Amino acid sequence: MPLPVTILEPGRSEKHYWRDLWTYRELFHVLAARDISVRYKQTVIGILWAVIRPVLTMVVFTVVFGKLAKLPSEGNAPYALMVFAGMLPWQFFSTALSEASNSLIGNSHLISKVYFPRIIVPTSTVIVAFIDLAISFGILLGMMIYFQFAPSWQIILLPLFVLIGFAASLGPGLWAAALNVKYRDFRYVIPFIVQFGLYLSPVGFSSSVIPEQWKIVYYLNPMVGVIDGFRWCILGNEAQIEWTSVFVAVVSTTLLLAFGVRQFRKMERSFADLI
Amino acid sequence: MSETSIQVENLSKTYLVGHQVRRERYQSFRETLVREGRNFARKGLDMAAGRQIIQGDEIEEFRALDEVSFEVKQGEVLGVIGHNGAGKSTLLKILSRITDPTEGRVTLRGRVGSLLEVGTGFHPELSGRENIFLNGAILGMKRAEIRNCFDDIVEFAGVSKFLDTPVKRYSSGMYVRLAFSVAAHLRPEILIVDEVLAVGDAEFQSRCLGKMESAARSGRTVLLVSHNLATVQRLADRVILLKKGAIIADDTAGNAIAEFHRVNSSMRDETETAYRISSPNLKVEEVVTRPSHGFVQGSMEIEFKITNTAPTPEPHSFFVILKNPEGINATSHFSKDTDKTFPLDQKSQCFTVSVDSNCLLPGRYTVEAGCFDSSGAILVWAENLGIVEILPQMDSGADFDGRTGNSTQRANWSTNSD
Repeated sequence: MPLPVTILEPGRSEKHYWRDLWTYRELFHVLAARDISVRYKQTVIGILWAVIRPVLTMVVFTVVFGKLAKLPSEGNAPYALMVFAGMLPWQFFSTALSEASNSLIGNSHLISKVYFPRIIVPTSTVIVAFIDLAISFGILLGMMIYFQFAPSWQIILLPLFVLIGFAASLGPGLWAAALNVKYRDFRYVIPFIVQFGLYLSPVGFSSSVIPEQWKIVYYLNPMVGVIDGFRWCILGNEAQIEWTSVFVAVVSTTLLLAFGVRQFRKMERSFADLI
Repeated sequence: MSETSIQVENLSKTYLVGHQVRRERYQSFRETLVREGRNFARKGLDMAAGRQIIQGDEIEEFRALDEVSFEVKQGEVLGVIGHNGAGKSTLLKILSRITDPTEGRVTLRGRVGSLLEVGTGFHPELSGRENIFLNGAILGMKRAEIRNCFDDIVEFAGVSKFLDTPVKRYSSGMYVRLAFSVAAHLRPEILIVDEVLAVGDAEFQSRCLGKMESAARSGRTVLLVSHNLATVQRLADRVILLKKGAIIADDTAGNAIAEFHRVNSSMRDETETAYRISSPNLKVEEVVTRPSHGFVQGSMEIEFKITNTAPTPEPHSFFVILKNPEGINATSHFSKDTDKTFPLDQKSQCFTVSVDSNCLLPGRYTVEAGCFDSSGAILVWAENLGIVEILPQMDSGADFDGRTGNSTQRANWSTNSD
């Protein structure tokens, strides 16, 4: 059997990068499995944390936006359900983005001691965010039963929006992770963006409250399309969906993902020297 | 079998380092403000241009590796030695693809497994079992491969009772044993190893050494970096010696190590001779050992010179002390033991101490020497006169047999039937 030949040269773009990624595919599971099993170790209530956090946030949002500010829900859907349907993708996005952006720093001992395609580290943290999404989805099902709210056929399109959400968090996540290695400023920037984004995205309120003249600007946020899409899938025809926002989301996340991967690969080779 | 496995051509690596300019103790607020402002502007520009940020006021290039070229044949064990900062780790990091070279080219034929640290990626919260899989995957092993040798790994490490305990509860010895054990079961065509043998107790170390030896004998190409010259000598077919980023010797293990010692002893002038007890008219200088770069176990000779501005015919006796690297006296020689006294009646006199049967183990020993007057009072006692190096070699020229202890001595042996 001929032995694989590797040539190392400065600035040489790795020809076998994607093949290498395939060779190391098990590292995805292993790192993701590590992060999952380590997550709630030595906590008293363990996995319950994954339930309590979204539920309490939902309660607060329902009270503040629904009861105090008296914002309208989507059609006749209960406000709590509408909030939760929006929180699902948002929470996925925010966890994925912040975990991914810190992932390389958190694994610096690996980066400086062994070789593997670095892209595995931030990507596997995004995979971990899926676990939270699955748990939250379970809570959502429980709430739907409680409110006796039957889903309609659109729910089968949900994976499509999950995919857009995945791309929307991975693209900027990769970029932020790479930048964070070089400039630790991003450690402070990302939480700020996430906090800010919560109010720029229709999490606590419905997109229908946005004035018409601002909608163009508003749709530039790819999470608007994702959240609206989630609501449309879950709440069915009670929710309105603006297909322009979905279209903008698909285009911008694709661009973001391509940009993120490109930037990451460009900086990847110097990580060990900088971290 | 003699196909080239690793080919390195003109490899260089440059790092940028920042310096803090020496500052006056008191500085005005205005100066600080101006300097901080300038640094901030520079960092901002660097970031805008996508360059790395370097702390400090001045930036300098540091060449960690300078035009290094060598070849390793398949199945060969190559040792890399050199002082701290000679570029050994940088070389390994480039070969294991952790960092990019600045110039040059490396061609690797075969899968590369690198062990720059034992237990890379061990997570303290995870159990021993989980960590075996985690560490294995990080080192590039397939799940099925790990499962195949799982029992061997556990047995070699001797932690079977604690497999489901988080490794943070392990003793440091257990931790290191488990970590090495996973690494020892790695099966790549090219194995790159850095200092991993510096772990565990003596018994475990010798088991590790055996494991490494069998890996080398099974036809794999091994690149080994170590400060432990005895290990390198035992395992490596060929050794390259690095100094300040360049190869200064590429030879058989014995020759390269001898060269390393020669380079070391020529560096001894950097430490100044100090006097524990000084005399206004006596100075001790120039220690020469024969052969100058060391000697095999057995005979040795140390020569030192005493200059005297006030010659006297009075009889004096002399002593030489050899200290080990920990600063503890390893052995000493006194001229009064053989009832020898010498007058110090010349301006400059050379004294030779020769030992037929050296009792010291391989290592570096610092020489001290001095003299007593006829009443037994010490007149002069000089420290740091030079370094005596005992090579890891037996009298017969064979490799050092690895015995340990403070000293070793030839004795007369006999037996009788009762």
